[in-house]
Amino acid sequence: MGKLENIPEENRERELISQFLADNVLFLGPDPEIMENHDISPRTEAEHKAMERSKDPAVLALVRDRLQAGCNETFEMLEQMGAAPGAKWGDLITGIFTPSGDLALGSTGGVLLFACLVHHPIKFIKKYWEKEPTVGIREGDGFIHNDARYGNIHNTDQSLILPIFHEGKLIAWAGATVHEGENGAIEPGGMPSAAEQVYDEGLKMSPFKVVENYELKKDLVTYLQNSVREPKLQYEDMKVKLFVCRRLEQRVKAAIAEFGPDTVISALRRGLEDSKAEVQRRLEAWPKGKVRTVIMADGTLRENCLIKIQLEMEKKGNELILDFRGSSPEFANRCNNTVLSSLKGMLCQLFLMFVWPDLPRNQAVFAPIRVICDQKSALRSSYTTPNAESMMTFFPAFTAAQLCVAKFLYGCPSKFTKVIAPWHNMIRTFIWGGLTQHGDMVGNLCADLNGMGGGARVDRDGEHGVAPIFASMADTGEQELNEEEVPFIQIVSKKIMKDNQAFGKYRGGQGYEMIASNLKSNMWGFMVCCIGSKVSCTPGLFGGYSSPTYPLCKVKGVDTLEIMKSDPQKWEFSIVDIMNKQPFEGAKYSTHHMGLQFELCNRGELYMIMQGSGGGYGDVLERDPDLVIKDLEESLISHEAARRIYHVVYNTDTLVLDREATRKAREAERASRKKRGVPYKEFHKQWVRAEPPADVPFYGCWGDDRSNIYAGPFAGVPRRKMDASAIEGIFMPNPRDVRIAELEARLKECEGAKRS
Amino acid sequence: MKVPMTEYLEIDLDRELWMCRVCNHEVGPARQPYKEGLLVYVRDPREIHAPILDPKRYEFTFAPDAKWVQILEFYCPSCATMIEVEYLPPGHPPVVDMEFDIDALKEQWKDRKPLNAAELAGPDMAGRAHHHHSNKQKAQQQGRG
Repeated sequence: MGKLENIPEENRERELISQFLADNVLFLGPDPEIMENHDISPRTEAEHKAMERSKDPAVLALVRDRLQAGCNETFEMLEQMGAAPGAKWGDLITGIFTPSGDLALGSTGGVLLFACLVHHPIKFIKKYWEKEPTVGIREGDGFIHNDARYGNIHNTDQSLILPIFHEGKLIAWAGATVHEGENGAIEPGGMPSAAEQVYDEGLKMSPFKVVENYELKKDLVTYLQNSVREPKLQYEDMKVKLFVCRRLEQRVKAAIAEFGPDTVISALRRGLEDSKAEVQRRLEAWPKGKVRTVIMADGTLRENCLIKIQLEMEKKGNELILDFRGSSPEFANRCNNTVLSSLKGMLCQLFLMFVWPDLPRNQAVFAPIRVICDQKSALRSSYTTPNAESMMTFFPAFTAAQLCVAKFLYGCPSKFTKVIAPWHNMIRTFIWGGLTQHGDMVGNLCADLNGMGGGARVDRDGEHGVAPIFASMADTGEQELNEEEVPFIQIVSKKIMKDNQAFGKYRGGQGYEMIASNLKSNMWGFMVCCIGSKVSCTPGLFGGYSSPTYPLCKVKGVDTLEIMKSDPQKWEFSIVDIMNKQPFEGAKYSTHHMGLQFELCNRGELYMIMQGSGGGYGDVLERDPDLVIKDLEESLISHEAARRIYHVVYNTDTLVLDREATRKAREAERASRKKRGVPYKEFHKQWVRAEPPADVPFYGCWGDDRSNIYAGPFAGVPRRKMDASAIEGIFMPNPRDVRIAELEARLKECEGAKRS
Repeated sequence: MKVPMTEYLEIDLDRELWMCRVCNHEVGPARQPYKEGLLVYVRDPREIHAPILDPKRYEFTFAPDAKWVQILEFYCPSCATMIEVEYLPPGHPPVVDMEFDIDALKEQWKDRKPLNAAELAGPDMAGRAHHHHSNKQKAQQQGRG
């Protein structure tokens, strides 16, 4: 208390209260100062001095490349040694951070988004644990973290963070993040769409120390193992991540030994400052103005409803502002919300992957970009709101931004990538869980999510089943390897379905279908978590159409694997044939939206889904007829689509194109467009309504008036209209209650009819 | 000076007009939404994304739900090129998607040269093999420009 002596009485009292409060914080929740700031930290005195002393750009570049190689090396290590399916197929990243916690270098492969968000927990550790006597930050320590509210996508991704010291001073941080899958949530696999509250979402690890003297603390590891369905996985991947962070530490220390600490500090900091300046320079070249778009997410993963993502992107000087105000309110008891920092991480990924992939993979690239969202909106959800499926709102937000960027970039002389239509933005794959053939309890996912269709580009078609929107270099894995560990099989996989295409002058890349079944377990089940079954989720660009919509298809109540043995000719090997021909007698065939909560699958029952198409580019009538024929040859489209959409005339037996007849058919279609098209003013008068249709559950602003936010109606809960400055979270009624209410109403109706 | 803004639209900075890049039709004032100068057709989304599964049997068929979403197709009134499409809930006002500062654009372009097709398309990623459709497309664009 010595420092409080000899100060005036009124100040003394204030100081006492402040100190008391600082000494007696009841709860260290996510710190808004950390969580709302994505800029690089101010240059420290040590960085300033180091940059003065070491400024040779060639040497700094050499050191940066050396450390980048270390990141890439550790990425490979983590991918090879990690136990999680996500690790095996590249859903991970490693990175080096400055002493302040800024991501300075991320591995070239993997999910950059992870690293873009790990700076928040490092800053938390530094701010709160460095001087905390019960924690501290010492050489050999390591911290674990997964809670998105402290900086992450969602809590299925776990990070291990290691401080790197040189002669007793903190000089950098190493970080490794993996999509681990299982996290002890209400459903297996780590992405619980059934979660109605944050406490249903499994482990929520604020950053805490789990490593001392480079050893995992066994007591804490045991606790974590007890908290998840895959204790072996939890332990193994913690060990692997620790080892990987140690290798990064080794690489940083080797660079220090060769070039000195000043050069390493200077290289990390200079990379960030130069990247930020370069982005500002590049933004100067964009046209000044506003570009807007609207994307409709069509569900919460439990119920279908229209969840509006509204974006106004403004370029002013060397700044870009992404204004998402007017988007849907948060869903207080659904998990499709995102916290603001996760949204920013996803948007950062857009610029690093699709706009400026030549820039260093660091967080400064996003520093000149501002993001504005309404408080308590689905894109800036509250602390108590679940967020395990944040992708269901931040993926559409990414797509909105991708669409807007293309409209800024098209006429801009300096580009660093091709102009591109939106990438397919969902993760169409199976999440699975249950008891394996080896008797282990597991929960995780298939890597097929890493093969979504690419968007069409300005001069070429999109690529098929190529990558997810969050990782340019990830793998779809080998199902045969999976089958050694888990009891389900993909009876059909890597098969293209006709017309699963976003049409355009250049078409979107297509995806493949997957038909999965349980083969070897008495307790096995699947989940899927995607939107886009009623409303297309991935739009096209400049007159290109969007992707189709995607259902989940099921065949229940029969063991089709037995039929394969006894009556193999009955088996059809495509979703379309199985669903439309219904070859299995006694089976129940059904389609659903793609928000399937965990459901048991008996042996031989079928769960069938499809990867998604990227958006189309340009007018379908401008598609080179030869490319349409090529699509037909490759069975990508049907004859019906070739004629109806592309207006191409050819011999259906030989596929020989009739160019003159095609030209005429397209001229006829152009004439038809002019005939059916209505002048804008007339259309506007007929089309525009003052409010959302009364029978459509709609969440968000209507039109461009962002001051009012609509919510509902849904399942008997009437529509609300809220002031955008006072949004309240929306509670969606439990589907069982909705069903009971429906049945009671029908019962009442029947009783009434009987009486009369 | 004409500045291309999309695949099918450019802004004539001298006359402050949105123009169709396919047929040179004057779409409308550059300080107003270009959509106001186009024809619009409201399309049932199932006409484009036709049901692949039997709609009599199944609720979800790979086709969008027309009660929830409609496609707005915007055509050039002169050449009928489909300049833009929008997927919106019935009755939702079309989005004013591009609102550029024309004065700033003039200032920005006063020393710039017109872009060639390659500059408009943007570069390939390093190491990517050249695609055979690119030349054809470039030739088409150059011919148009």
